[in-house]
Amino acid sequence: MADTKQNGTGQPAANGQNGYKVIGTRPVRPDGVDKVTGRAVYAADVQMTGLLHGFVLRSPHAHARIRSIDTSKAEALPGVRAVVTADDLPVAEDKIEDLGEGAINLKYLSDNVLAQEKALYHGHAVAGVAAVNPHIAREAAELIEVDYEVLPPVMTVDDALAEDAPILLDTLRTDKMGEIGTEPTNLASFFRHQRGDLDAGFAGAHLVVDRTFRTETVHQGYIEPHAATALHSADGQITIWTSTQGSFAVRGQVCEILKIPVSRLKVVPTEIGGGFGGKINVYVEPVAVVLSEKAGHEPVKIVMSRADVLAATGPTSGSNIRVKIGVDADGKISAALAELYYEAGAYPGSPVGAAANVSLAPYAIDNLQVDGYDIIVNRPRSAAYRAPGGTNVAFAVESVVDELAEKLGMDPAEFRVLNGAKENDRRPDGLQYARIGQIETVEAIRDSEHYQSPLEGKYRGRGIASGYWNNWGGQSSATAVLNPDGSVNLSEASTDIGGSRASIAMQLAEAMDIEYEQVKARVVDTDTVSYNDVTGGSRTTFATGLAAYNLGQQLKKEMKRRLADQWDVALGDVCYEDGVFSAGAESLPFIEAAGLVQRDEPLMASSTVHPQDFGPGFSTQCVDVEVDPETGKITILRYTIAQDVGKAIHPSYVEGQMQGGVAQGIGWAINEEYIYDEEGHLLNASLLDYRMPTALDLPMIETIMVEVPHPAHPYGVRGVGEVNIVPPAGAVANAVYQATGIRMDKLPISPARLLEAMWAKEAESAELVPGDD
Amino acid sequence: MAKKIAVETTLNGEETVFLCEPRQTLLEALRDNLGLIGSKEGCGNGNCGACNVLLDGVLVNSCLVLAPEIEGRSVVTIEGIAEDGQLHPLQQKFLEHASLQCGICTPGFIVSSKALLDDNPSPSEHDVRLWLAGNLCRCTGYDKIVRAVLDVAEGDA
Amino acid sequence: MATVWIPPLMRSLTDGQQIVEAEGESVRELVAALEKRFPGVADRIIDEGRIRPGWTVAVDGAVQNRGLRAAVGPDSEVHFVPAMTGGNSVQV
Repeated sequence: MADTKQNGTGQPAANGQNGYKVIGTRPVRPDGVDKVTGRAVYAADVQMTGLLHGFVLRSPHAHARIRSIDTSKAEALPGVRAVVTADDLPVAEDKIEDLGEGAINLKYLSDNVLAQEKALYHGHAVAGVAAVNPHIAREAAELIEVDYEVLPPVMTVDDALAEDAPILLDTLRTDKMGEIGTEPTNLASFFRHQRGDLDAGFAGAHLVVDRTFRTETVHQGYIEPHAATALHSADGQITIWTSTQGSFAVRGQVCEILKIPVSRLKVVPTEIGGGFGGKINVYVEPVAVVLSEKAGHEPVKIVMSRADVLAATGPTSGSNIRVKIGVDADGKISAALAELYYEAGAYPGSPVGAAANVSLAPYAIDNLQVDGYDIIVNRPRSAAYRAPGGTNVAFAVESVVDELAEKLGMDPAEFRVLNGAKENDRRPDGLQYARIGQIETVEAIRDSEHYQSPLEGKYRGRGIASGYWNNWGGQSSATAVLNPDGSVNLSEASTDIGGSRASIAMQLAEAMDIEYEQVKARVVDTDTVSYNDVTGGSRTTFATGLAAYNLGQQLKKEMKRRLADQWDVALGDVCYEDGVFSAGAESLPFIEAAGLVQRDEPLMASSTVHPQDFGPGFSTQCVDVEVDPETGKITILRYTIAQDVGKAIHPSYVEGQMQGGVAQGIGWAINEEYIYDEEGHLLNASLLDYRMPTALDLPMIETIMVEVPHPAHPYGVRGVGEVNIVPPAGAVANAVYQATGIRMDKLPISPARLLEAMWAKEAESAELVPGDD
Repeated sequence: MAKKIAVETTLNGEETVFLCEPRQTLLEALRDNLGLIGSKEGCGNGNCGACNVLLDGVLVNSCLVLAPEIEGRSVVTIEGIAEDGQLHPLQQKFLEHASLQCGICTPGFIVSSKALLDDNPSPSEHDVRLWLAGNLCRCTGYDKIVRAVLDVAEGDA
Repeated sequence: MATVWIPPLMRSLTDGQQIVEAEGESVRELVAALEKRFPGVADRIIDEGRIRPGWTVAVDGAVQNRGLRAAVGPDSEVHFVPAMTGGNSVQV
């Protein structure tokens, strides 16, 4: 294997564990050289003959009725080839469709791409321009005259649910699992999980902690802005080159918005510069298509600016959360209640459903209730963000759990072991767990050198927190072509955001007992393989890897069949071991067999999978912080993650997922937030003011991969991408409490917020001491 | 449309002449006029470092330099980092340490790290983190990037 | 008889019962059996011949890709829960 170096944690690299030859090693990814030399083609890098450049005009208002749009001056500007508005899109039905990525209201989908009657957030797209260069496109957009009737904005849960709150969507009615409300509202839906006897559980409790929390809107923060190029050919065929987590998700959405059959649209995924859930929804793709058609079937490229990315894509929900947990005298949880109010942005669809399941998932609880509210506000339509909704609610629950442990005089790790969920316990929605590794992750942290080591010094503190993520199976398709030289071309449609070509190719190599380097993995377009769900839900290495495993089994089986024919022996007599086929006196290495079996007929295999037995992921994490009492700044001194990874296929990329998720979680915990003024204008739409962690803000991040193999995958794979972002905010908040004695109930715990809280605490204690001051 | 001007420069060691509009940034000219797509635009205002190039050996954000400003000067981009068909040690170590996930920030990090090591062949971890604070990565948490740079530094020392 | 966990928002239709038993070899048959005892249940679970958008059915701990066509065993435990797909969640 190419890499037998030390890995990121200083542990020796694995080299074929548990009888595996390829799995557990750390080879260089197939797309690696292109990415370190600058050759890899990302969405903004697409060039072609006659390329026009698009620009999208956006609403300067958070909430406004669009009375009229006059595009005549823009159209008259030399160099402009097309201008489009929502009138250029087919009329969308107010109807819910399942596009494979969840149920979506088609009108909301279309209206978010180009606003129809109303602009619902600062940055909402209202018109598109195509011109010979991006500068002219931008100048033309400034010439478009939009007549707005400005309406009062609705920015938070409290605004949205207030009596007489302005209504964003006139036709919206609250959906309570099919029971539809009668009045206009900003509450899109309500659901509840409930089991046992909550009142009895609280009544019998020895100790109850009941707290409310607020978390602010945050963005996924991928470094590559959204970009797409579309060519609407004169023959009606359409091609879109775009950066997406799911080329088929783009196909599905664009076909619904433009009302065209899938046979007319091919989506070609470019390399993708990060997604984290934010590159599933379409934004500029349909606009580029209609511009291309209107511009005389010339290709149109639209590249979003960073300001537009922050203002109009992503983000994930801000939330108000109440958590109440009771424990008996031994520290066992007797009842738990969580109320989750999530801001969906301008259209329904916050991740509150997933959040409800994350909420109390690490704990075994008999008496439980979780309420979820999906609420629309004048912010961008929320998108998935790594374990969507999980970080918000885990911050709340883990803060309450920490407070309970403290009041009980229990070690917080022991509290989590005592109450930890295990096989046959139930998650919040009532489903029973199969084999899971939550308690193992707590024990791994409890027993770690980090947790066992002393932490000394004023304003320093240590916190731990746990988290759950559901993971996903989803649908995957892949094909494999056996070449006569023994190499295998693997075609799959899961866009590769973090080394998945490698982790999928490794599973095919393992299944076929060949070298990793013999597998050539590539990500193909929507015309080349069958339907494939997004790279998301921590499903890719699990499900597309399963398809790759199946391909290997099929190819081996067919090679055996053909060798039996060549050798004139019974099929059952052909063996394959250590890369060599044999039967009696006959023996042939794989590479030579690959040629022999294809003398008469070529060999390829295809596999489609839709596994529904995917295992959830758990993570427990430990952080040491130091708080600067002068500035309120939090320094992360040390961080350790334990995560149940099932089986690490490529350990470096598993560690990378863990470290990356934690880095995002730390940003969420201590800095990142959308800041709006009273009129709903986003004030910090730049990477200077939307403050993501830099290399200087973080220490090395230690990883403990707990391997509890998932029984339903041939190699024991569990999704690893998401759960790591769930615990950090709770862990940091608990560490801040240890450092300052203050339980912060709002995210982010920014310097200003923490400093104010520290001043307030000082003032309070000064009042309590007579004669002081 | 503004009148185009001719700019003479040394680009990745080669004498080069190109036409650009006065308002074009160096990043835009590299990508759109010269076909060098390795420098990326992550923010367009100097906050992310994905467009880092070396201008007369000094690290700059090419989105903050106007293309005509490079007249008579020398520019090295990610495309000029590998020499004689061999990956630069930084490129090799980024691969071995799995220092990239999505890879969009990688060209900037490699150019920036090269500037650091050219100036300070034996940086401490803190030196590396301080220097690279101008480059944003959202995937890796920086751990494996910092290790790769330190690995190269130790190799050179 | 399979055990069916009734979603809290539907318990007004089941006289407040959290868990009921019902006969059926598929989810569709199970829902039909429930509908006979608790009129109105089917309308809440099924929309245009499928599980209501944004919701899903789980049998024995696993969310079922086949929806109403999913098989149910005599000792199965069945839940109707909000769907979580695509790394995303309910988009009603």
